[in-house]
Amino acid sequence: MAKKILIADDEQNIVISLEFLMKREGYEVLIANDGEEAVQRIRAEVPDLVLLDVMMPKKSGFEVCQEVKSNPDLQSVRILMLTAKGRDTEVAKGLALGADAYMTKPFSTKELVERVRSMLAEH
Amino acid sequence: MLSGTVVVAVSFAYLLVLFAVAYFGDRRAEQGRSIIANSWTYALSMAVYCTAWTYFGSVGRAASGGVWFLPIYLGPTLAMTLSWLVLLKMIRIAKTYRITSIADFIASRYGKSHLLGGLVTIIAVVGMIPYIALQLKAISSGYTVLTGQHDSGFFPFAGSSWVNDGTLYVALTLAVFTVLFGARHLDATERHEGMVAAIAFESVVKLLAFLVIGVFVTYVVFDGFGDIFARAFADPELAGLLSLKTASSAGYGGWFAMTLLALLSVIFLPRQFQVTVVENVNEQHLRRATWLFPAYLLLINIFVLPIALGGLLYFGRGTVDPDTFVLSLPLAHGEGMLALLAFVGGLSAATGMVIVETIAVSTMVCNDLVMPLLLRTERFKRSEHPDLTGLLLGIRRGAILGVLLLGYLYFRLAGEAYALVSIGLISFAAVAQFAPAMLGGMYWRGGTREGALAGLLAGFVVWAYTLMLPSVAKSGWLDRDFLDHGLFGLGFLRPEQLFGLAGLDSISHALFWSLAANIASYVLVSLARVPTGQEASQATLFVDVFRRGQDAPATFWRGSAQVQDLLPLVARFLGAERARRIFQTYALERGLGGIEQLKPDPGLVQFAETQLAGAIGGASARVMVSSVVQEEPLGLDEVMDILDEASQVRAYSHQLEEKSQALEAATAELRAANERLKELDRLKDDFMSSVTHELRTPLTSIRAFSEMLFDDPKIDLKDRTRFLGIIVSETERLTRLVNQVLDMAKIESGHAEWHNTDIDMRELVEQAVETTAQLFRDRGAVVELDLPDEALHLRADHDRLVQVMLNLLSNAAKFVPTAGGWARISLSRETGQIRVDVSDNGPGIPSDELGVIFEKFRQGGDEHSRPQGTGLGLPISRQIVEHFGGRLWVRSTVGQGSTFTFVLPVPPENAETVQSTQ
Repeated sequence: MAKKILIADDEQNIVISLEFLMKREGYEVLIANDGEEAVQRIRAEVPDLVLLDVMMPKKSGFEVCQEVKSNPDLQSVRILMLTAKGRDTEVAKGLALGADAYMTKPFSTKELVERVRSMLAEH
Repeated sequence: MLSGTVVVAVSFAYLLVLFAVAYFGDRRAEQGRSIIANSWTYALSMAVYCTAWTYFGSVGRAASGGVWFLPIYLGPTLAMTLSWLVLLKMIRIAKTYRITSIADFIASRYGKSHLLGGLVTIIAVVGMIPYIALQLKAISSGYTVLTGQHDSGFFPFAGSSWVNDGTLYVALTLAVFTVLFGARHLDATERHEGMVAAIAFESVVKLLAFLVIGVFVTYVVFDGFGDIFARAFADPELAGLLSLKTASSAGYGGWFAMTLLALLSVIFLPRQFQVTVVENVNEQHLRRATWLFPAYLLLINIFVLPIALGGLLYFGRGTVDPDTFVLSLPLAHGEGMLALLAFVGGLSAATGMVIVETIAVSTMVCNDLVMPLLLRTERFKRSEHPDLTGLLLGIRRGAILGVLLLGYLYFRLAGEAYALVSIGLISFAAVAQFAPAMLGGMYWRGGTREGALAGLLAGFVVWAYTLMLPSVAKSGWLDRDFLDHGLFGLGFLRPEQLFGLAGLDSISHALFWSLAANIASYVLVSLARVPTGQEASQATLFVDVFRRGQDAPATFWRGSAQVQDLLPLVARFLGAERARRIFQTYALERGLGGIEQLKPDPGLVQFAETQLAGAIGGASARVMVSSVVQEEPLGLDEVMDILDEASQVRAYSHQLEEKSQALEAATAELRAANERLKELDRLKDDFMSSVTHELRTPLTSIRAFSEMLFDDPKIDLKDRTRFLGIIVSETERLTRLVNQVLDMAKIESGHAEWHNTDIDMRELVEQAVETTAQLFRDRGAVVELDLPDEALHLRADHDRLVQVMLNLLSNAAKFVPTAGGWARISLSRETGQIRVDVSDNGPGIPSDELGVIFEKFRQGGDEHSRPQGTGLGLPISRQIVEHFGGRLWVRSTVGQGSTFTFVLPVPPENAETVQSTQ
């Protein structure tokens, strides 16, 4: 059964590129354009992994991450945070909130695919 | 009716009792068991303030003015509440520098000036003469009332000739007694313990006598306070006396002047200075006197109104002189002995005053007037008179006699024309003239000798012209013409309405002008020049008396003298035996074996001068000592050097304080600047972070798609074209962003280039709309253009304004709905400005975002449909508009679109010339 991946980002072009990459790897892809939508879809669909942008309208990636990690029903959801703000404090904050991995934009597509693959293989 | 012999005998007996008390006091003082060294005696001796004026005159005053007699006692009460401030300092100064009179005080303060001491003495003598005359008048009229040499109204028959006038003999008798009390021997400190004891005694006698008469009138003649006041109220004429209305007829100014006058008098009257300052044994005694003396005044005033009202009720108005009520009421009731007691009380009050006043004045006359004159004669300076104590005593005794005889003269000249109180007030106004020089000298370093001279002289002249001369003129001894028409017939010089100042009683009027002239002259002349060394050193000694130790007065005196020279000098004035004794004591205090071992240092010179000052006054002592001392006179610089040792430390610490304050201020400024820098740094960080984010976002897409295309050449054509399209548009976005960031940075840092030309705004708007026409066409939107008929000229940068227009238009194009969208652009001229509105029917902007959209990287609109933008367009547009002095703002309602408006100022004359050239 194909793994389910949620792409949460407000930049349409980035969503398109990520969707293409993930689909090519054979994953089932879900899309959310802001933080609130992301939380709703995670609750409804319980994806295996979320590619989570930090700077999103309505709810930031940090808030989404915190909500997911504090919900016992969603413990299986892996979170890979993506951010255009590459500061160390942002990385530390994301990891402290329970994100499983962190990548800064612009990312290497190869690395991203590998990281997603390894994170899903841990299960 | 009493026989003259009885009255005279009782009077002499009483004087002898007084003398016995004084003698006892002196004996005890010599044995070292002083009877006056307690605060009760001190406070009672201050009651010498209450003279025959109080005893007889207050009743007379109350009989005509009701409570109008009160300010004379309110003033001293006020003065005593301030005693710790003024009196204590005066006592400390006088003790430290052995000052023996007011003249000595003022002369010493302003550089030991003979001239000043002499002037103060003359003012004191002239000023005191009416006051002494008042006492003589009281005694003599009391005597005539008692012995029945008066008419039915108790007005005395005037003595027909001077030789037959008993008052002359009263004056002479008092002179003899005063000499016995105060000028039997010479004392270096001018302290008279026996006299003080006698004064304290007489204070008790006069208080008791007055209280007895008061009780007699109130409870024997009438039926208590209630009875007297009830009857007075029933009498319409007397009821007026009991209301404050009568008393305030002189106005608040009158009350103020009277209270001020009494306040100054209780400090500066020569006899008050004598008992309060010179005769003070212990500064601590002042503490009790502060309440005891006012309490005494209260007590002696309790029965003033009852006696006055009682007299008026009993005799009726205008029949008996109210000044004699104290005597005439008991007499009218056949109480001869009671009247005699009252007379003794009055005699007591008068003698006490005369004795202390004349002693004080005679000390001044001797030390500050006669001695300085004698010292000027060369013959006197040479030691032809080995012992001058006899001469000194002779001068003083002569002065006492002289002052009393002058008092008698004034009594003969003016005594009949005035009531007791009015005479006393003339004296009060004279001593008030000492106040500026005294108080200024105690608290202000800037006062100079000339200033004090000018002030005293001006005050004295005005006093004499506005009070003294009118009093003589009204008695008929001078032509009244100048009273009514002014000096030389000049109306504005009328002595009692000087410069047209009318509406004040004569005392308030004189006090106002004399003190005004006095203070103004003192301050202005003092300010005219810097104090000399001598003045500066004395000023410091007086003003800073509490800072210096009482035992170690600073020495501003460089020079030395052998003890062989100094001892005979002191002996000349104090007597050989006394001089040897005090020098011996001085040597022993310094741990030396005897007089021979004393070193010729400035301290010794200072000591000798201080001893002499007690006997002949500060100014004369300075002259005498300098005749034997090899003194190098100190210049101002040198005195300042000495003073500087102390003041430098103070100045230094002051500077340190100032510097540390400046440092603190600088630190605070730096801290604030640092905060501002941190804030700027944080803003820059935020900006950088935002820019980074905005740059990375398109880069992310570009990199992802490029890698995907690179890694997988087999992507189908449709995707490939789509991906390449995204890459191109993201590259464009990146370029736009970089350009705008640079643009923004340039404008903000002021490095942007502005190419101003004459612009036709109508043409510019048309051009911008044309450029963006395709954008609107793509969205299927309509553009409406509302332009004025004529061109609107303006001087600005053409390309920058186009940039603003393009930004606003492209924003509108982005947000209009895909169906039925429209945008309306209008250009209009308003007074002094050109206005451009760009409206659309887009989604509108929520009110909380209206301000935010002009901030950098803050984009409005719904995220899903938000068009691509950098978030810098509006901030840059606003910067441009503001650069030209205009404003850019937005109005919007959600669901009904937005209107962006900007105005640009046009100089009116520019607009007109442009129009005229059209």
